[in-house]
Amino acid sequence: MFLDHLLIVAETDPARPWTWAFVGITFALYLFIGWISRVRDSKGFYVAGQGVPAFANGAATAADWMSAASFLGMAGLISFSGSDGAVYLMGWTGGYVLLALLLAPYLRKFGHYTVPDFIGERYYSETARIVAAICAIFVSLTYVAGQMKGVGVVFSRFLEVELWLGVVIGMAIVSFFAVLGGMKGITWTQVVQYFVLILAFIIPTVAISRMLTGDSVPQTAFAFGDISQRLNEVLAGLGEEIYTEPFTRFSKLNVFMITAALMFGTAGLPHVIVRFYTVRTVRAARYSAVWAIIFIAILYTAAPALGMFARFNLINSLHESKITSLTVEHDGEVKSFTFPAESDAAWKWVQEAGDDASLTYAVTSKAGVPLDWATRWQNTGLLTFDDWNRDGTISLKLQETEADGKPVRKSEMAKIDKDIIVLSTPEVANLPPWVIALVAAGGLAAALSTAAGLLLVISSSLAHDLYIRFVKPDASEAEKVLMGRIAILFGIVVAGYFGINPPGFVGEVVAFAFGLAAASFFPAIFLGIFSRRVNRAGAVSGMIAGLLFTMSYIVMCTADKVLPMFFESPVITQEDWWLGISPQGIGTLGMVLNFVVTLAISSVTPAPPAEVQELVENVRIPQSMQDNKSGVSDESESA
Amino acid sequence: MSDKRKAELQMYWRDNIRVVSFLLLIWFAVAYGCSIFCIELLNQIQIGNVGLGFWFAQQGSIFVFVILVLVYALWMDRLDRKYDVGE
Repeated sequence: MFLDHLLIVAETDPARPWTWAFVGITFALYLFIGWISRVRDSKGFYVAGQGVPAFANGAATAADWMSAASFLGMAGLISFSGSDGAVYLMGWTGGYVLLALLLAPYLRKFGHYTVPDFIGERYYSETARIVAAICAIFVSLTYVAGQMKGVGVVFSRFLEVELWLGVVIGMAIVSFFAVLGGMKGITWTQVVQYFVLILAFIIPTVAISRMLTGDSVPQTAFAFGDISQRLNEVLAGLGEEIYTEPFTRFSKLNVFMITAALMFGTAGLPHVIVRFYTVRTVRAARYSAVWAIIFIAILYTAAPALGMFARFNLINSLHESKITSLTVEHDGEVKSFTFPAESDAAWKWVQEAGDDASLTYAVTSKAGVPLDWATRWQNTGLLTFDDWNRDGTISLKLQETEADGKPVRKSEMAKIDKDIIVLSTPEVANLPPWVIALVAAGGLAAALSTAAGLLLVISSSLAHDLYIRFVKPDASEAEKVLMGRIAILFGIVVAGYFGINPPGFVGEVVAFAFGLAAASFFPAIFLGIFSRRVNRAGAVSGMIAGLLFTMSYIVMCTADKVLPMFFESPVITQEDWWLGISPQGIGTLGMVLNFVVTLAISSVTPAPPAEVQELVENVRIPQSMQDNKSGVSDESESA
Repeated sequence: MSDKRKAELQMYWRDNIRVVSFLLLIWFAVAYGCSIFCIELLNQIQIGNVGLGFWFAQQGSIFVFVILVLVYALWMDRLDRKYDVGE
């Protein structure tokens, strides 16, 4: 695993004292907030007492929503996907519109603590409740492991702390405010974390925008600066695909399918839905949705600009850089060669050492500036060079050559991990050390805020939906809160374990979690509100059909990664994709199948009981129905 | 609950569906129409230094999404008042 290499960061780094300071201050702040917002009752623990103001809930939702992936990964993904990177931008924000218009206000009116609560009551089925709780735990656990890994990466890269220790520190901080304060503690730390992460994202982006385009607003520099043309020209010169050209990475059909799967999947993510349970009224739920999308959009409209800037900057500094020395590590033996004086000896040694030798190139840019950051990232294994034409320069141009007797086109940047784009950008752009430190603190804020939200879902599913409901329905208030605390601790320990020892399939599952959520949760919640007629038989068979279909297609396409003990290659290869649909986009089809099955089965089986139909009527009206019985509102209507 | 009130609440729900359908129509047109199906066509028009289709796909659609959620909240306030169903 490349993560092990992250530990071997040898160089001293001027940003380190700043990073310790920023991380220390922000962590102390999170602990302080956790302490002052500690809770005693279960309503406070699960839904923050339902008294969170709309503005604060908006900021908390934005922090909850934007994970380590949004902060650390997305701009890098866009950077290398060009125009088709829009699937992530639109998929994750467009899904938010669905959540705000179709689900959030009604679920707030429903007013219980969890998504399994709604599924269980609406489909009058304890089985449906258990299935929903297990799905919520499964999705949240895989997702939270990714956040913990993000915490570890930031710690090991910027603070030279070992990965496991980084994860343990992150776990300790989250346990403190989540166990003490439950949803209340999580909410108020998320508010602060939003402001930390947005500053950490915007400050370097503004600095780079100014440097490359002269415009301080990255959002306008994106379209009105000349950076897109310059980037397109540079890429054309290297023989790469044109950045602004659509459908170079995915086909049109797949752009559609993947965008839809991400949209409908994100709308059904339980940890975000739960945030809307914490506000006082339906109206406050609508307005916290407005605040949240404004807060999210600040990052999401700057991210495509950063993607462009980063790609341009990276090429500009690395292309045709001169090798000044080469360090070869082979069988525990380390040899260093100065270039160009010892280059012949170096290449001879590389030849002898063979393929398993690890090479670290020290390079200076065309302009003669030493690129220390390139060495630091090579040490992590996330960036590798290979000067295969042996000319002493690193060229990023795609050139014709041969590999294993077959003609290939490749550049001399052998590998670059997309996750390093955001983290490395301040260094590549030569920004002051405190900016680099701020980015590290922002990455941690993004990871911890999402992790806390997910852990609360795991805790409430285990304690509220399963244990208290089925094992100890007569639990006292104190026992309910205690169970919640124990469950959240359990979640933290499991998540931390997977963060340190990520099983191979976690990365795969996270990437497909959205498709699975789209094919299972979204139709069940949506139809549960917008149709009175949909019943238990329909919803349960629809969810099972959508989930099984989507999961089996994904497993067949990724069998070699998900089940390496049984398969050496995928059962369905890219050439045989069904109708050319990629496994990332199959959730859209699974969702359609879910809708068709649910509606078909519901129409031939009896309608739900009267009290369930009344529940549906009830969630559709913001006003509480009990207050209405006196007919007071009839009078005020006529007055 | 009186029958008159029941009928009113049904009207409220019908208006609510209209609001949501109208906003989601725009959502669909921008996200899937402008940004995916007609992207090549719109790319022939320039906004600043990039094609309009590319701009919608990467940035413009997100601005539209913000406006949609805001309009929804304001519009529903009016409906809540009209039918007196606010809390």
